[in-house]
Amino acid sequence: MTEVAPSYFLVLAALLFSIGVVGALTRRNAIVIFMFIELMLNAVNLVFVTFSRMWGNLDGQVLVFFVLVVAAAEAVVGLAIILLITRRRESANVDDAHLLRW
Amino acid sequence: MREAGLAPFIVGLPLLGAVVLLVFGRRIGRASGLIASGAIGLAFVLGVITFVRLLGLPPEEREATQQVFDFITVGDFSTGVSLLVDQLSVVMVLVVTGVGTLIHIYSISYMAGDPRYSRFFGYLNLFAAFMLLLVLGDNLLLLYVGWEGVGLCSYLLIGFWFERPIAATAAKKAFLVNRVGDFAFMIGIFVLFVSLGTLDLLAINANAAAMGAGLSTAAGLLLFLGATGKSAQIPLYVWLPDAMEGPTPVSALIHAATMVTAGVYMVARLSPVFEASGGAALTVVGYVGALTALWAALMASAEYDIKRVLAYSTISQLGYMFLALGVGAYSAAIFHLVTHAFFKALMFLGAGAIMHALGGEVDMRRMSGLRRAMPIVAYTFAAGVLAISGIIPFAGFFSKDAILASAWIEGNFLLWGIGTVTALLTAFYMARLYIRVFEGPLETPEGTHAHDAPALMAAALIPLGVLSVIGGVINLPGLVTLEHFLEPALGESEVPTGVLTFLLPGLALVAGAAGLFIGRRLYMGEGAEARRARVVAAGGPLVEAARNKFYVDRIYAATIVAPGRALASFCADVLDGRGIEGVVNGTATFIGRSSQSLRHLQTGYVRTYGVTFLFGVVLVFGFLLTRVVLA
Repeated sequence: MTEVAPSYFLVLAALLFSIGVVGALTRRNAIVIFMFIELMLNAVNLVFVTFSRMWGNLDGQVLVFFVLVVAAAEAVVGLAIILLITRRRESANVDDAHLLRW
Repeated sequence: MREAGLAPFIVGLPLLGAVVLLVFGRRIGRASGLIASGAIGLAFVLGVITFVRLLGLPPEEREATQQVFDFITVGDFSTGVSLLVDQLSVVMVLVVTGVGTLIHIYSISYMAGDPRYSRFFGYLNLFAAFMLLLVLGDNLLLLYVGWEGVGLCSYLLIGFWFERPIAATAAKKAFLVNRVGDFAFMIGIFVLFVSLGTLDLLAINANAAAMGAGLSTAAGLLLFLGATGKSAQIPLYVWLPDAMEGPTPVSALIHAATMVTAGVYMVARLSPVFEASGGAALTVVGYVGALTALWAALMASAEYDIKRVLAYSTISQLGYMFLALGVGAYSAAIFHLVTHAFFKALMFLGAGAIMHALGGEVDMRRMSGLRRAMPIVAYTFAAGVLAISGIIPFAGFFSKDAILASAWIEGNFLLWGIGTVTALLTAFYMARLYIRVFEGPLETPEGTHAHDAPALMAAALIPLGVLSVIGGVINLPGLVTLEHFLEPALGESEVPTGVLTFLLPGLALVAGAAGLFIGRRLYMGEGAEARRARVVAAGGPLVEAARNKFYVDRIYAATIVAPGRALASFCADVLDGRGIEGVVNGTATFIGRSSQSLRHLQTGYVRTYGVTFLFGVVLVFGFLLTRVVLA
């Protein structure tokens, strides 16, 4: 079995992360933004796993579990907020919720 | 020591009364007057017991201190609340509690029906406690506590009817004018403490000579300036006439018999300090006193408000006491203080009875012939008039004569002359007051019906009247005299010898009688009006000036009050208004304006924040990367 060089994984992670950033900043639908954020989190997870494998210890993989758990918790809270906003405004457009300004 | 053992209770009883009345007064109600009178009456009894105990000792040992508790202990310095009982303080205690008790009893009737009845008695008792602390304190700090305390009570009681703006203003004036004197008094205490290292009165007196002439003159003059405030002498006398806005028993107790004599007591108590200055300080005391006596007597002769006549008369008589102090006749000053307390309190209470009967009227032009309607008041008042005029054998004759004789023996004929002229004027304005109010056909202001003093008022007037008649016996030559009693505390006093023994009292008597005679000629009988008009025409500007209180109030208003107000409004409007508030408001305005522009950065769009955040992250990472790469 041939080894795939770690740099490939890192480039893939960077690509995924950039897509996530651009998507999160450009889209208006809160649920879509949420999905892009998950994409960024998973790009980071990929980096963790890559390095874990590269250095041959498990620290990175343990961290991934933490990230997954936190992301799950965050998803619960985030989706609940989005759900409530949607119920009130009948739209998930984040630009509609701009009360916190001058 | 056993002899001073009762002293703390003498101060404590009125204090307890004051606390009880001021805290529970509303619930106590009508009984307040009895409680207050009982407290000070008991203090009087204790004072008498202390006095008798002192008499039981040989003259040199009549001095005892009683430590109550430590007051301040800092390093080497320590001063306690401790009370000094000696000849001088026991005499003062007897005057304060004795006259005070009578005035308390009088007030029960005079103040009946006042909505703040029990508060009045609370203040009176508080005043008595502070006054007793002032005369019993064995160090300057306690004396000063009492000094300020009586000033506070004076303020509270002058402004007792504070609904009347004029009373509130008078109270404020009294307080502020006294502040000037008190400040000087405080500096004087500092001078004494710095140069002698002690506040103990006896220690100060024992070491005063070691201070040197310069320092003791400074200390003496500063202390005396304090006394001119409290005892209403030139230049700080202006508050006392206005203080007559207070209830009349207050005028009698505080502004005639006791508080205003605190300055006399203080100078007598610290006489070694004044003597250590080689005469300079005492000379100032004597001349200021004499000048005040004459000055106030002139104003009293032109005043129509009966209470104000008595106020000027008080200033004038206090001037006599300072004259006596100035020529070193300390015991004569204290003697006059005692007799003056009797007859002046009597006359004030008489004036109060008149006001009580005539619905508060004080203008002597609107009353006449009251002797027919109120004989008790008239006859006791007459006793007071004869006493203050120095007619033998009334109390004032002996004390005034003692002062004039001392001035003569000291060789100070100018002071003697001023004193004698003042004696004549005193008799004149008193005759004027008495004749206008009590003689002639009965006339009262419309709507009033004159009636004699009620029983409780008479109960105070009659003993004071008797004391005004026979009060002189406490210093009759040959008996156990006051001067002899005070000797160990105040030094020996000289008495006239040979032909002077009869000549000096004779001259004083002639002056008094002449004054009374002039008063009678100008205000009684056929042609009095015409004679009076001629006198006014001859007096011309002097009469006019005296009627306007010699313009002193106006001069003070122009030279001190107006610049003071200008400075205050400069501080308030310019320094504070534009300076300090400018800085504070400027800061607020600056922050406000900048926030106005900065808040537009808050768009409320999450994506804007996200982009900003991204920029930040890129910048930080870029910076870190360059460091890694460049390293």
